[in-house]
Amino acid sequence: MSGIEPYMVSNGATLLLLAGVGFAVRIVRRNRLWREAAASLWRRRRLALCVLAVYFVIALLDSVAWKGGVPEHAVGVLPNAPHSIVDRFFLDTTEASYSAPFAAVEFYGDRPLRHPGAHPLGTDIIGRDVLYMALKGARVALLIGGLTSLIAIPLALMFGVGAGYFGGRFDDFVFFLISTLASMPGLLLLIALIMAMGRGTVSVCVALGVTSWVGFCRLSRAETLKLRELDFVRAARVLGVSEPRIIFRHILPNLAHLIVITFVLMFSGLVLSEAVLSWLGIGVDGSWGQMIDGARDELSREPIVWWNIAAAGTALFTLILAVNTVGDSIRDVLDPRTQGDAP
Amino acid sequence: MSPLLEIRNLRTAFPGARSGFGPREPVHVVDDVSFSLDRGEVLALVGESGSGKSVTALSLLRLVPKPGRVTAGEVRLDGRDLMTLSVGEMRRIRGKRIAMIFQEPMTALNPVLRVGDQVVEAIQLHELVSRAEARARTRALFAEVGIPDPDERLDAYPHQLSGGLKQRVMIAMALAMRPELLIADEPTTALDVTMQAQILRLLRDLQRERRMAILLITHDLGIVNELADRIAVMYAGRLVELAPRAELFANPLHPYTRGLLAAIPALAEPGTRLHEIPGVVPSAGRWPKGCRFTPRCSERFEPCEAQDPAETTRPNGRRVYCHAVAEGRR
Amino acid sequence: MGAYVLRRLGWGALVLLGVLFLLFVLFFAVTDPDDIARKALGEKVPPAVIEQWKANHGYDRPLWPWQDFENNLLFDHYRRMLTFDFGLSDADDSPITERIRDGMGPSLALTVPLLVLGLGVSIPLSLLVAFFRETYIDRMGVFLCVLAMSVSTLLYIIGAQFLIGKVLRWFPISGFDPDPLLLPRFLALPLLVGVLSGIGADVRFYRTAFIEESTRDFVRTARAKGASEARIMTRHVLRNALIPILTQVVLAIPFLFSGSLLLESFFGIPGLGGVTVDAIQANDFSTLRTMVFIYSLLFVFGQIATDLSYGLVDPRVRFE
Repeated sequence: MSGIEPYMVSNGATLLLLAGVGFAVRIVRRNRLWREAAASLWRRRRLALCVLAVYFVIALLDSVAWKGGVPEHAVGVLPNAPHSIVDRFFLDTTEASYSAPFAAVEFYGDRPLRHPGAHPLGTDIIGRDVLYMALKGARVALLIGGLTSLIAIPLALMFGVGAGYFGGRFDDFVFFLISTLASMPGLLLLIALIMAMGRGTVSVCVALGVTSWVGFCRLSRAETLKLRELDFVRAARVLGVSEPRIIFRHILPNLAHLIVITFVLMFSGLVLSEAVLSWLGIGVDGSWGQMIDGARDELSREPIVWWNIAAAGTALFTLILAVNTVGDSIRDVLDPRTQGDAP
Repeated sequence: MSPLLEIRNLRTAFPGARSGFGPREPVHVVDDVSFSLDRGEVLALVGESGSGKSVTALSLLRLVPKPGRVTAGEVRLDGRDLMTLSVGEMRRIRGKRIAMIFQEPMTALNPVLRVGDQVVEAIQLHELVSRAEARARTRALFAEVGIPDPDERLDAYPHQLSGGLKQRVMIAMALAMRPELLIADEPTTALDVTMQAQILRLLRDLQRERRMAILLITHDLGIVNELADRIAVMYAGRLVELAPRAELFANPLHPYTRGLLAAIPALAEPGTRLHEIPGVVPSAGRWPKGCRFTPRCSERFEPCEAQDPAETTRPNGRRVYCHAVAEGRR
Repeated sequence: MGAYVLRRLGWGALVLLGVLFLLFVLFFAVTDPDDIARKALGEKVPPAVIEQWKANHGYDRPLWPWQDFENNLLFDHYRRMLTFDFGLSDADDSPITERIRDGMGPSLALTVPLLVLGLGVSIPLSLLVAFFRETYIDRMGVFLCVLAMSVSTLLYIIGAQFLIGKVLRWFPISGFDPDPLLLPRFLALPLLVGVLSGIGADVRFYRTAFIEESTRDFVRTARAKGASEARIMTRHVLRNALIPILTQVVLAIPFLFSGSLLLESFFGIPGLGGVTVDAIQANDFSTLRTMVFIYSLLFVFGQIATDLSYGLVDPRVRFE
């Protein structure tokens, strides 16, 4: 056994994430502009924000895991493996085969279930609770969207702001790089990257990150070019302010709204891409995309097993819809161009 | 004879900022404005930016941009209230009986259509004529408004013309149907000084030739002198004074009008300091109670802050809205 | 203008060389030919068989020019791609060029009607929504767009196959027949899904373009001269909004040839998208590589075409 196991990394990352969220909340509360934007967002999209919060909480509950505490009689559970809080709610719920939602007997064969009526969304072909799997998918989806954005946005900022601010050879290089990447078909490049790097959550996220940073890089480069010529940046340069300081004090804060907008709009695209990757057999384990892909053939059974595809589809759709509506409003609230100019 | 255009108690509102969780309070950026315009008369509507003069003009044509709307009042053209007309009837008045030119000739023309076609459209919208004839008339209009080489310019795109030429195209478009009333919204603001003089002279000549009424909207009292028969001064959405030009220049009654006149360099006594009105125009929705000019007025007294000023009318049709004038202090 | 086109072509060529280099890194430097051979032949084959297979596919040389300047994979990769000599499939040794040629027809049969239908549905819809801006029709329309965008394409496909193909039995679930009488029956379902899955994003994009144009000053001028709202929309706003829309459409044209990955493989259409998906599932690196190159080639040409078409719609654009 090696010293650090994946579940420990996950626990640590969860703590870091919570700290980051707390930090972000503090920044938002301190700055009047952000505070007003947040208040306006809350007024407009209360429901969607609540939905997102629910997904977030589920993902968090599934990210904190520890070993032990598993009842001995539990079926299909490794007693020595780490289990997350979500896992612990569903210990020992596995059946032998399909169960329809709230059924007392098996869907095919009419044998009694071990937990009659205890599967509100039914079970899949090997008897796993569908609700459980749908809940587990939340963490995977947020991980895909979040981790990938954490890779793509800093990458894009580094190249975009650098190219826009310093210009010259570096700009030529970045422009060539983003032109090249932009002219390769996104999905194919993605697939090629995953095939080259091997499959797995991290490599999928890295591949998604590499293919999705180009758009924002172009945007931040153009925006930096504009900002660089503005009087307050020029004044700072004339006053002898150091270049890193200009970038961090004057350029980046003026890109902050774009970062937030891009993050939210990117998120839904990433999660949807993962569904397509799952269907190609190179997705992330435990994602809704895999559930949908696995359940596709069940629609041709007689009678139809519909509940697992419905659960995964609904979970995916609800998350994306909430993100999209919030994203739209964030853009309206933060983007000065779309703001109404009523007197 | 009834006036060509008569505006009574016009009010135009925009939804204001949302405060707390309550509904949006409408802000009346044009508040209870009345004036009339005779045939062939030039009335200048003067005020600082934000005084509601442009919105007044757009209200006449029912072109107030959404989400603003006219909430009350009448606009009578030859006795017919434009506010009660159907959309189609209103359309037949726009461009035909009342035409309008705008401040920014750069953006007021469609960038992807040839300027000639844009004038041809103005003709064909109201009259069943062949394209060739409409084009011939456009050519004549171009010559009339002083566009050199009108044949070539017909097929030019807006970006190929200078600002002055674009404004001439706008004027040609407005004159296409021989309107009885031309609304000119700051027609020279975006142009340089020599161009301003030329466009003003053109407007004056055209007005005299065609006996057309003009509602001239401007913040520049200097250009009013050349054109206007009467002057209406607006402040913070309200009319403050309306008088024949000569009388207003000779004997301004409202303190705001006096402040405006004293701020014109050409009228100031040589060697004296140019006057300025203290303070700034309050933004829409943050207007003080009572007379809206009170905080900046050097002659304010008790009723100013409490009550809206009463109207004082003089026999020659001159009107002033000021407590000081009403009480005979002036 | 000639100089402009030349410069754009030169830039495009440079970008393509960059694409080829990236492909080389991904498919030769990161996954070396031995891996590819083992994936194609199985893990436990004798080294001699692997060497033989590599020789057949031309992979039996060093990677980089500094290893062997005369005979290396990098130069060979460039030479073969640029002369359209794509070689054999890594999976089943069939010639790739032939598969591409065979796949083009079915792909076009799907994508051309898809583009036309998509535009035919989304442009009028977005004009309608933009016409009713700031009313509940507009808000409803935007909400429906977001709703439509939030559904995964997978779900559209599965839903349509299940509901229309299996339950209602209106159209075959999948399949393809080049016979012009049978073709529409097979294409109906993929076309429906294609239009539906694209409509949300398209209508929203076009609506934004229309609304942005309809707040311009020249629209007020047109109103002031007595033009009706419908006329303003079709004559003044549409012409201007077409400029950003055109960019999208011209850029989409080259991709008509490459087909649609998801639709083709789900609906059993033997087009280029299907070829690509087969290549992915069979670890067929040489085909995949070729497909990426062809996509990029088409994309670069599409971009040049887009830039040139700007000049046709927008009189302000001059090429210097």
